[in-house]
Amino acid sequence: MTEPALIEIKGVTHAYQTATGPLPVLDNLNVSVPEGTFTAVVGPSGCGKSTLTKLIAGLLRPDRGEVWLHGERVKSPRKTVGMAFQNPVLLEWRTILDNVILPLEIVAPRMPKKDRIKRAEELLALVGLEGFEDKRPSELSGGMRQRASLCRSLVHKPDVLILDEPFGALDAFTREDLWQTMHELRRQEPFTSLLITHDLRESVYLADEVIVLSGRPATTQFVLDVDLPGERALDVLYQPKAVDYLATLRHQIQIAQGRATQEEAAQ
Amino acid sequence: MNSTLYKVGVPLAAAILFLLFWEWLVWVNGWPNYKMASPSDLVPAFWKYRLLFIENGWQTLWRTVVGLLLAVIAGTALGMVMGFSKLMRDALYPLLVGFNAIPKATVVPILALMFVGEHNLNTILIAFMISFFPIAVSVSIGLSTLEPEYRDILRSLGASRVTIFWKIALPKTLPEFFGALKVAVTLAFIGTNLMEIVSPHGRGLGSLFDSGKISADYPLMFAVLLALAFLGIVLYYIVVLLEKIFAGWAERAPG
Repeated sequence: MTEPALIEIKGVTHAYQTATGPLPVLDNLNVSVPEGTFTAVVGPSGCGKSTLTKLIAGLLRPDRGEVWLHGERVKSPRKTVGMAFQNPVLLEWRTILDNVILPLEIVAPRMPKKDRIKRAEELLALVGLEGFEDKRPSELSGGMRQRASLCRSLVHKPDVLILDEPFGALDAFTREDLWQTMHELRRQEPFTSLLITHDLRESVYLADEVIVLSGRPATTQFVLDVDLPGERALDVLYQPKAVDYLATLRHQIQIAQGRATQEEAAQ
Repeated sequence: MNSTLYKVGVPLAAAILFLLFWEWLVWVNGWPNYKMASPSDLVPAFWKYRLLFIENGWQTLWRTVVGLLLAVIAGTALGMVMGFSKLMRDALYPLLVGFNAIPKATVVPILALMFVGEHNLNTILIAFMISFFPIAVSVSIGLSTLEPEYRDILRSLGASRVTIFWKIALPKTLPEFFGALKVAVTLAFIGTNLMEIVSPHGRGLGSLFDSGKISADYPLMFAVLLALAFLGIVLYYIVVLLEKIFAGWAERAPG
């Protein structure tokens, strides 16, 4: 018998109740993310990608279907999930160090303060924020804030890291820096991750598998296995294989947006 | 430049200039006392009634502070109820606005009759009623505009609503709360004095003002105004100090 995947989404259908009636966002969606892998989810705007993250985090219950984490059905939020959003949502009244410690206060209230600080300092050093522990979020640049936010999402060693477009609001160079930081983090702190993104290059550079969702209501339209070395330098994106991946994904997105057909894609 | 000297010196210089201008204005127009007393007339008034000023000033101050504390407690509670529940917000908002729109001067005789003889209670109630509105509104707005992501980072870890309130909602609302408290401080003084002037029990700076009016002691009346301004400034800066301690993070470095 094979080990079940860490994240299993089985036949999930979900709709939001709006003033004009139900708005279906997910339709019979199946996703599975094996332990230790990095999966990226791309799709047209408003196709329900963020809904997917909320379902996995247990913040929402699906109308139909099941979400499983670690062989357990998700019915409510659990302590083994880490989240980071496009908005770093750091608490302005806390220092960077105290921001990173926050999840430990909830998840491990008995952990000695000294250990919490040590853990947070290690992570901050790993993302290049050594020496910024006592600064306030308002004193940091956007990229640095996002780095701190990543540390916060990892500080309690979650099984699953859910990233909802965390690099979306950053400039191109800062974004590429953070991509490399993600690879570095993964090497030092192995985790299973699901990344929601609009950036196809980002998905190819970071993920082992890219899932393309169809337009709303979303279902799995296409799955791309990214066969690139685990340790990736940025120039990997300019290799022919990566360029092919990007072209394929680009086309799949156009299909999802309803601007091209499968037949055209096959050509 | 020495920053403490600057912080005290600049406002002090402005106050002195203002008093000089006032003195000059009265002198150049040749206004009699009953039209406008000049600052130099106020000094003897302050000295003559110094004991009364201390006693009545204290009366006004403690009633205002108690009224304000009540306003903070009730206003925060109301703001929390309205901030967390859309139903309560929709239900209570018009009521609250209507209540606030009633000029409090009209409530003074009603309260005075309702609690005849309970002068302290009357005065505190008016100070409370006039000052809780901005606090309730700001707390409710602060809580209801909390970005969902802030809640989600803790909710996704299984944190309870109480934990989310203490760790995120409450501190995030503090800057708005202190902004409202600054408005409430001055309003509470208005409330206290409304009651003190109208009520015939002879306590507080309001009644001192009234006795100045009855005995046609115009410098005394102006002296009371100045004393009220002074108390208002003191309370205001106490709030500013508290804000610095509890919500100093909201202040950005200049430039």
